[in-house]
Amino acid sequence: MSVHNDAPSSAKAKAFERHGLSDAQLIAMFRIMLAQRVLENRGFQLNRQGKIPFASASEGHEAVQAGAAMAFERGKDILVPYYRDLGLELGIGLTPYEVLLSLFARAADHSAGRQFPHHYANRTLGLHTISSVIAAQLPHAVGAAYALQYRKERGRAVLVTFGDGATSEGEWHESINFAAVHALPIVFLCENNEWAISTPLSKQTAQPDLYKRAEGYGIPGVMVDGMDAIACYAAVKEAMDRARCGGGPTLVEAKCYRFLSHTTDDDDRTYRSREEVVERRKSDPVPRFEALLAEGGILTAEDAQALKRSILDEANQATDRAESMPYPLPQDLYDNVYADGWQPWR
Amino acid sequence: MAVSSSATSTVMNNVEAVRATLYEAMKNDDRTVIIGEDVGPRGNVFLITKDFINEFGAERVIDTPIAEASIVGIAVGMAMEGLRPIAEIQFADFIYPAFNQIVGEAAKTRYRSNGEYTCPLVIRTPYGGGVRGALSHSVSIEALFYHVPGLKIVAPAFPADVKGLLNAAIDDPDPVMFLEHKKTYRLIKGEVPDGHYTIPIGKANVLKEGSQLTVVSYGLYVHWALEAAQQLQADNLSVEVIDLRSIRPMDRTTILNSVEKTRKLLIVHEDNKFGGIGAEISAMVAEEALFHLDAPIRRLCAPDVPAMGYALPLEEEYMSSPAKMAAAMREMVRF
Repeated sequence: MSVHNDAPSSAKAKAFERHGLSDAQLIAMFRIMLAQRVLENRGFQLNRQGKIPFASASEGHEAVQAGAAMAFERGKDILVPYYRDLGLELGIGLTPYEVLLSLFARAADHSAGRQFPHHYANRTLGLHTISSVIAAQLPHAVGAAYALQYRKERGRAVLVTFGDGATSEGEWHESINFAAVHALPIVFLCENNEWAISTPLSKQTAQPDLYKRAEGYGIPGVMVDGMDAIACYAAVKEAMDRARCGGGPTLVEAKCYRFLSHTTDDDDRTYRSREEVVERRKSDPVPRFEALLAEGGILTAEDAQALKRSILDEANQATDRAESMPYPLPQDLYDNVYADGWQPWR
Repeated sequence: MAVSSSATSTVMNNVEAVRATLYEAMKNDDRTVIIGEDVGPRGNVFLITKDFINEFGAERVIDTPIAEASIVGIAVGMAMEGLRPIAEIQFADFIYPAFNQIVGEAAKTRYRSNGEYTCPLVIRTPYGGGVRGALSHSVSIEALFYHVPGLKIVAPAFPADVKGLLNAAIDDPDPVMFLEHKKTYRLIKGEVPDGHYTIPIGKANVLKEGSQLTVVSYGLYVHWALEAAQQLQADNLSVEVIDLRSIRPMDRTTILNSVEKTRKLLIVHEDNKFGGIGAEISAMVAEEALFHLDAPIRRLCAPDVPAMGYALPLEEEYMSSPAKMAAAMREMVRF
């Protein structure tokens, strides 16, 4: 492993393994992590204010998602996410305004107010539409990767993400198996947060190291500390690079944690102890990354404060703007059932 | 395939019509891929894709693992990214693992993304009984799927319709389930026009005009209904026979026009009665044309048992027949 060679900006700065990420990229990653947290928190606030019916969050996944986002090549790669991937989506170009339109279910939202929050679809970004059905997006990702390989579009790859619960679904197995058979350009990124709503990993599987399943499919499996953004970047980057140049799929397991309840409709006190959550909070990836950047002389405390203020400002502006936008009209219910109208009788 | 006397058409059976249409689709558009079990060197269990792999290559004629959910799901992803996949479920009886991918994903892709992503996908599958297929090679699946907005479902009975509707399904920008009655595969022959043509999805076909009773059917039972109607014709009883061809969307105009003329409606289908296609047609006619009716609507369908059995008497008891249909038609006409 090489250590970054750039002269640190401060004499006291500590060097760290940065896998070729520039200062600007590292700060961009931190920005994604902060924006993810602020915007998800905004969702919970709006829900508690009675302004929106539902919100979900991915606190604890910030490092995985910011790292993976930096490994994603905008304009080339395809992201097939799951519903707990806001940081990844922000990291590939989704805007706070689009997030707030989704939360408020406005007509200008990509789904025109149809989908649950954080179920985006943006073809320009290469961001696939998903349902909430666990692991149902994996075969789509494999089909997309097949299309890239079929058209010999070298240099492009698909990144598909899912939680630990998804690894129990049949389509998870079917998808990885097919991708392995055809050596498709795809990376399977498991955000293992140890909880599938209330079901702990120990009731999901007797083998907690999910990456070990890769061997059964004849593909590489990698485990990475999901609380370490740079390590996550490095692992996903290596896997995506392999996929982009014909090296086939990789299963990457990032071990992280879900700090909050499953959604605003869940109460995690009913199934896990406060002590466990408090203990795991000690490895919160956001302050950890902030400290790394500070110690590395990359981001001063003042810069960090300014960044947080600007993200909050942006979130506030996006909130006001999205809230002022109209709901879909009742007749919008009938659009886009088919290309040629919606009636079952002709 | 025999060349007919006409220079512009060819006599084929239904399975040959499927094969010829798929072949042309593969030839004409390299975005088209066929994905399913045993479609490669085996050439499909009915030999529909025989030799395709030699001509079009393994990249376009994809032998999958035995995994129906992902056969459809992978095809959905291909369709989202610009290919025109034709997914094959080897027997309709094996489609249940793919239910979510069809109902929850393919049917909702356009809707949930408000048109940002679409799913131009064909799912072909052989269905139906009368072939000693027992519980898991005989089922009708149309009623399980026709409830679902976002899907189109066609079930042609004649070779010319197979070609025209399969071409329409392949051209369609939305997911289409293409149901092929396996007993008709080699049993039913007919003239198929040469060259590319489509038959609009959602248009029924009046096969035989009549004045005293409307019979609506699809698939194998269309042929039996026609045979029964012709028996009645010998006794000067005049029955109109409509081949639905498309199950979703369905052709309201043709059904209503016919019922308003004949004033009686019999629906025959191989699928069981409760919640079947006939239930929806009956409800529609009751809503739209009740006061045109001179007799209660009648449905001649399979009994509400889980399946036809392997033993011949069990299969025959489950299936209808031209004789049973003729008897029902006589009763209706004389009502």
